[in-house]
Amino acid sequence: MQRVGAIALNTFREAVRDRVLYNLIVFALLLMGTAILFGQISIGVQKLILVNLGLTAMTFFGLAIAIFIGIGLVYKEMDKRTLYALLSKPVRRYEFILGKFCGLALTLLVNILLMSVGFFLALYYVKRGFDAADLPLFSAIYFIFLQLLLATALALLFSCFSSPVLSAAFTLGLFITGSFAADLRELSEALEAPWLEGLMQAVYYAVPNFSNFNVITSAAHGRAVPGALLWGNTAYGALYIGIVLLASMLIFHNRNLK
Amino acid sequence: MAIVEITELTKDYLRGFWRKRPHRVLDHLNLSIEEGEIFGLLGPNGAGKTTTLKLLLRLIYPTAGTARLFGRPLGDIDAHRRLGYLPEAPYFYDYLTAREFLDYCGQLFGYDKVERRRRVGDLLERVGLVEAADVALRHYSRGMLQRVAIAQALINDPDLVFLDEPMLGLDPVGRREVRNIILDLKARGKTLCFSTHILADVESLCDRVAILNRGKLHGLGTLDEILPLKAQGSEVLVGEASPALLEALRPLADTVHTAGDKLNLLVADAKLYPVIDCVRQNGGRLLAVNPVRVSLEDYFFQEFGTEKVPDLLDKE
Amino acid sequence: MITARRWLPPALLLALLAGVLLVRVQQRLDATLGDYRAEEQLLYLSSGEWVKRLSLGYDGLMACIYWTRAVQHFGRQRLGEKEYKLLYPLLDITTTLDPQLILAYRFGAIFLTEKPPGGPGRPDQAVTLLEKGIRLNPDYWRFWYDLGFVYYRGLQDYQHAAAAFYKGAEHPAAAPWMRIMAAKVEAEGGTREHARFLWTELYNSTDDPIMRQSALSHLIGLRVDDEIEFLQGLVGRYAKETGKLPRSFADLAAAGMIPGQPLDPLGNPYRIAPDGRVLLDPQSPIITSTLGRRE
Repeated sequence: MQRVGAIALNTFREAVRDRVLYNLIVFALLLMGTAILFGQISIGVQKLILVNLGLTAMTFFGLAIAIFIGIGLVYKEMDKRTLYALLSKPVRRYEFILGKFCGLALTLLVNILLMSVGFFLALYYVKRGFDAADLPLFSAIYFIFLQLLLATALALLFSCFSSPVLSAAFTLGLFITGSFAADLRELSEALEAPWLEGLMQAVYYAVPNFSNFNVITSAAHGRAVPGALLWGNTAYGALYIGIVLLASMLIFHNRNLK
Repeated sequence: MAIVEITELTKDYLRGFWRKRPHRVLDHLNLSIEEGEIFGLLGPNGAGKTTTLKLLLRLIYPTAGTARLFGRPLGDIDAHRRLGYLPEAPYFYDYLTAREFLDYCGQLFGYDKVERRRRVGDLLERVGLVEAADVALRHYSRGMLQRVAIAQALINDPDLVFLDEPMLGLDPVGRREVRNIILDLKARGKTLCFSTHILADVESLCDRVAILNRGKLHGLGTLDEILPLKAQGSEVLVGEASPALLEALRPLADTVHTAGDKLNLLVADAKLYPVIDCVRQNGGRLLAVNPVRVSLEDYFFQEFGTEKVPDLLDKE
Repeated sequence: MITARRWLPPALLLALLAGVLLVRVQQRLDATLGDYRAEEQLLYLSSGEWVKRLSLGYDGLMACIYWTRAVQHFGRQRLGEKEYKLLYPLLDITTTLDPQLILAYRFGAIFLTEKPPGGPGRPDQAVTLLEKGIRLNPDYWRFWYDLGFVYYRGLQDYQHAAAAFYKGAEHPAAAPWMRIMAAKVEAEGGTREHARFLWTELYNSTDDPIMRQSALSHLIGLRVDDEIEFLQGLVGRYAKETGKLPRSFADLAAAGMIPGQPLDPLGNPYRIAPDGRVLLDPQSPIITSTLGRRE
């Protein structure tokens, strides 16, 4: 386990020294600042705008980081052959995958924390105080973090066998499809032929359901997130991420390095 | 006890769009490396030397055959504890300093902080990188990178070290240093296996040698056993040569090259002393007499015919 | 060869000039394209359902964007053509995207009903919007109040207004005056007292500055109606007593009827037209009075 930790910390260190990260964070914080300005224009819904814009920005910028860094996680090491030195040491292949995932997860965690601080500061400025209606925001942010972990796992998976451009395209494609998940389900019900409906349903269950995690609109209105949803999303996230990581480990284990 | 045993090791790559055409890069290799020896893997580019090392290190998987390291099957993680690997044209993490990188390697072996600091410090000194230890690797020159590569290969004080083209891209000073490190390791009882296509390195260092070409083993044993290193005459350098001397030497030498007033002659063994007398008599100056040996390149050319330069595409 | 350092100042100057030119060109473009960039472009997609679908679940944010557009459209129309064609579609999309955006429904209720030039004068659209709001937010009893108000002032339909107030009063959290209001409107129809009460209630029920402003200006209009009515009475009495119409309020003051020149709530003087009617001063910005004319 120390090895996984070592690889994770090294991955974290690489991400932190990569300037892309800072640009994205600064951008996101700027956007939140802008949200305050928007509030001046559209009266009466300042908090609504700030929460919607802030949390959506957190999601998309976090996604950008997860993809930008995730697609290179394994690919870069294979391409640059840094893996030669690494795997000649007593490191198992699956430990490498786990370490890479944990490293990027840690990066995203720090990232989310930073953006949250900025977010809550902006919220305080707008509302001049906090109240119970703000509690759902924590759940919303937690769910965003789960989404980012899921995106990371997917990017990592593609990174094991695909070029960075393709990996980015696949991951983004799955994110978009996954956000449409509810529509997929409706579509399957609208189809006539039973085999087609079955196929669509299978697609629905196979695709990572990102829409499960999106509670931004209701959190903006201060509606509490039910416990069942908290447990459900955590379980879904853990399971899906687990499956993807397992696949990554298998694929990577069987790869002949060039 | 053989520290490395390779049995019928074979590797095919599947070529073609549908991956149907198998291309054999290693063909039923059999060899073993004894403890404490310096073993050389020789061969032209594309012979399968790097492939062999990668197979041993489980970076790629064999199509057929097996191998054992320290008597254990491939992939056994305890074997990796006791070995070190210097990759060909090494590339490491740009954004780390040498110290950070070596520390990272130490972590992978499970050493604690104190132990790591000690080992990293020792190694940095040994390879001469103490001053540049805290500079990011992206600023390192080729020679410095090679030293880092050596350091990371030795971080765990391995009993078995694989070196892939260790002298590649080094200047004479660097090469001398690497040689010394290799000899030092041998003195400590380590086993070394290095792959190269430079005969000079092999000559002075290796106990035994395997010659590979196009995936097949062509020779195994000491260098003398394999290469007919008969001196085939001598190279004679003459200075202050007058035209008269030149005329006198022409029938005696096999080939004559002129450069100003200097002459470069290839002389058969039998004619060596007559040539020297001729020079003495005609007022020239004897600058050098060097025995000529078969070069590895010549050997390969002879043995392996016109296929001296294998198809580059086949390497991948 | 000129070194890089010597190139720098002329290069910067060139870039600056180009930048200035660029701004100018953009200004020309904006002027030319202004005709082409009709406001209809705000509604690339006129269906709220489609916008929702394309939002990938980020409909809260899209709702905020459409809400902003609605408010800006309203503001622009107020200053410009005063047609407000897109107000209802934009609010409809906003509330499809975020059904809980209460303010959108209430804003629509007031301003869709507002007669030109302050609004499109479409109480029917306001009713549709509010009914949607009631359907999607059954706990928000104030919508019944807003609905009643729309019937009251937009359609002068006091029966429906009262019915709406009664419906709202049924809600356990509703304010007690709902039931009282319902009864009064049912019995007495539209009076200035009712209107005054309703506008005051609206003012208190929101902290949105635009809505409050509107309520205030309507209350001022009602006050003006009261004052004009009162002053008109005085003019009539003067005419009866002296046999001729007063030329200005100075005449009434001379007769001891009023202490001085009467001013409207915003400080502008009332005046008397040659035909005896009391009018607002032409400079006065008051527009919501029903009796005050400016001619």
